[in-house]
Amino acid sequence: MSGLFDLVVNNPLLLAEAALNGLLLGGVLALLALGLNLIFGVLDIVWIVYVDLAMLSMYLIYFTVQVYGWPLILGAVAGVGLGILLGVGVHLLIITPILNSPPVNQLLATGGLLFFIQSLATFLWTTDHKSVRLALPTLEIAGMFVSFARLIAFGLAVIVMIGLYLFLTRTYIGTAIRAVSQDRGAMALMGANPQKVYLVTSAVGGALAGVAAALLIIQYSVHPYFGAAFGPITFMICVLGGLGNMVGAFVASFIMSEIISIGGVAFSTEMGYVIAFALFIVMMFIRPSGIFSKRQ
Amino acid sequence: MLELAGISAGYGHFTALWDVALRVNAGEAVAVVGPNGAGKTTLLRVISGVIAPRAGTIAFEGAAVAGRPAHDVVARGIAHVPEGRRLFPGLTVADNLKMGAFLPPARAHFAESLERVFTLFPVLKERRAQRAGSLSGGEQQMLAIGRALMSRPKLILLDEPSMGLAPVMVLRLFDLIRLVRAEGFTILVVEQNVRQVLKLVDRAYLLEVGRIKMEGRADELSEQEFVRKAYVGL
Amino acid sequence: MTAKRAAAGVLLLAVLVAPLVPMGGIRQYVLHVVIQIFIWSFIGNAWSLMGRFGLVSLGHGAFLGVGAYTTTLLWNFYGLTPWIGVVAAVAAAVVLALVVAYPCSRFGIVGHYFGLVTLAVGEVIRLLLIAERDWTGGSLGLTLKTAGDASFKAIQYADKRVFYYGALVVWLGGLWVWHRLDRSMARAAMEAIGEDETAAASVGIHVSRFKLAITSLSAALTAVGGVLYAQYIAYVNPETLAGVGVSLRIVFAVVLGGMYSVLGPTVGTALTISLSEYLRVKFGVHYIGMAETMYGLVLVIFIIFLPSGIYGTLRDVLRRPRNRATAQA
Repeated sequence: MSGLFDLVVNNPLLLAEAALNGLLLGGVLALLALGLNLIFGVLDIVWIVYVDLAMLSMYLIYFTVQVYGWPLILGAVAGVGLGILLGVGVHLLIITPILNSPPVNQLLATGGLLFFIQSLATFLWTTDHKSVRLALPTLEIAGMFVSFARLIAFGLAVIVMIGLYLFLTRTYIGTAIRAVSQDRGAMALMGANPQKVYLVTSAVGGALAGVAAALLIIQYSVHPYFGAAFGPITFMICVLGGLGNMVGAFVASFIMSEIISIGGVAFSTEMGYVIAFALFIVMMFIRPSGIFSKRQ
Repeated sequence: MLELAGISAGYGHFTALWDVALRVNAGEAVAVVGPNGAGKTTLLRVISGVIAPRAGTIAFEGAAVAGRPAHDVVARGIAHVPEGRRLFPGLTVADNLKMGAFLPPARAHFAESLERVFTLFPVLKERRAQRAGSLSGGEQQMLAIGRALMSRPKLILLDEPSMGLAPVMVLRLFDLIRLVRAEGFTILVVEQNVRQVLKLVDRAYLLEVGRIKMEGRADELSEQEFVRKAYVGL
Repeated sequence: MTAKRAAAGVLLLAVLVAPLVPMGGIRQYVLHVVIQIFIWSFIGNAWSLMGRFGLVSLGHGAFLGVGAYTTTLLWNFYGLTPWIGVVAAVAAAVVLALVVAYPCSRFGIVGHYFGLVTLAVGEVIRLLLIAERDWTGGSLGLTLKTAGDASFKAIQYADKRVFYYGALVVWLGGLWVWHRLDRSMARAAMEAIGEDETAAASVGIHVSRFKLAITSLSAALTAVGGVLYAQYIAYVNPETLAGVGVSLRIVFAVVLGGMYSVLGPTVGTALTISLSEYLRVKFGVHYIGMAETMYGLVLVIFIIFLPSGIYGTLRDVLRRPRNRATAQA
């Protein structure tokens, strides 16, 4: 722990900067975690391939903006649009046929899709990292250096999350989605066609992935195994917060991102991840159903 | 209004209902009574479309509805208040009621329906912002019935409404169901509490081990052996 | 001597003498593929011990990695023979299994949730192996310190035939374990647990104990598989042992072949490895990534259209006429 102690005592500004960056990262991770949780809450199926769908949107934004010169806003909208299409597509083609299959088959179906998408991306675009080059400045706030892109990404993430919250609590279909996640059968008795609710949920989940993609592509480069880099951390956030628990996922995103960020600066990037995951294992031992779950 | 003929249904290898026939006329209140495991819940599920019958026909207002999915049946005007209420525990009372009026025709008259529910069940109005999961048993049952009313149904199916309620609450509940009935709704109620429900309805059927054993007017049936048995607990 | 037994006998004989049959230049390649099939079938078999009872682990790569790296590190740094090293490897894997399975069992974590947790654990191990690059070699992996062309102590042999027979024995051992478990009381108990935990507990079945036992056994055997693989390839790498891809592949092979029969994992593994090799040869150098893409596509299609796997579907098809007869009786 000497690295951390050293950081706190000798370089508090660096620590603060890492904490800030962690916060900003957490915002975007939260979008992915919320999307995954939303779909699981309603359908009881984990889309292992979820982050890879964001990866595809990232490629789209890269091609439209970097290669074809579209303005970023338009590219981002295209990315979100692709996200929605992918969400609906995956639901109709992959999920609907296996809705009543045993869990192992459901997990394998999205797992197989993961293989397929990652390899297809490798085939089409090679393993080269591709990034959208933006001339966005690095700001200096109270002695800390923060990338403007990160700041914007965080701000937009927060706005989208507020939008999601309003959607889920104020609209009819949003409340119906929450209702289905609490009792699937009862909603059918209200006259709601379950398939319609599933479709909307998948579309919203896909849209969230698309938004996350837009926010990620301005900070990171995309490559076929992007999902392998960001996927596991997303899963871990979901489990830490309690699978299906939206508030839990939100909080867990920031806990994880802070640990990764501060740990990354105090020790090494990998160690940051290792500590985050070690926390995950510890939490597993204490309360595997998530930090906000009620004791059985 | 509702007519079942030759209905057989079950789960997997198990058959819960054999050749069941019953009828509910518009404006009536009909009960299906019988011991535990008789198949009463299965009967309601077959009517509301949650499970499909293996044989037989169901006609609702002349249209054949056997085997149609639940959301379709609800759209035709049948509301099912399921066993155990099955409220959405994390949603508020108001949201639960909102969900009841999910379908467009019901949504169009949302304000009107809500007013009616609040008049019938004033306590729901009081607790409209409270989480449904934190209501008492009696309040939850009222909410469940209120939620069904929001869909502006023609026929209401009630599955064991008295389940889990204290005796005092049961009496109040049946009074409230009488009020609902007075509003003009047709009711089919399934109950284990034979004595109380027979005071509420016009006609009743006795379901035992999946078959209709007896049927008749409620006042006639109350004189029957099985009711006295139920009362004495034999 | 039934037809089935006779066929099995012939097959076994063929498998036993195969390496001795003259095959010309392709022998090394064929042996290589078959050895892989033996090893991965053994691992798939180990996985299915858990999978068939509803404990779907998507992180068995963790046990592979722990097993393989334990023996490799002990040999490379301390010269400890893998014959002893494997004991440490198994112990480490079992400890990890208990750490994961105990809380999951206590809190009733099953199904998708369990799958996700194990996926995360697999990743933790992989990242840990990469992070501790000073002694694990990080993402570049670790080569087994050489002990010459034929060392019993180090389990290193240039002649593939040794590994062929060794893997064959291990594979048969795995089948035997599966068979014994199938016949034992444990199987009935685990099935009850798989169907309805609360009911099982209420008739006195010690749910946690069984889950922990099965998970530990599965982990232990998987670790052995990892050790064998490491010794054969003489190289370990976090991605090829503990990655999500590896874990998923194991599950795919077993589900495709059929989780509920003793030869299911073997059939599935043989098919997936053959498919993988075929695609690699066909597309390989020209279209990088196309082989994997087709592989993924085939897997998804199979899962959707053949949910009980190949073995399971064949068995259902063959059984149906008999069932109809008894139903009418």
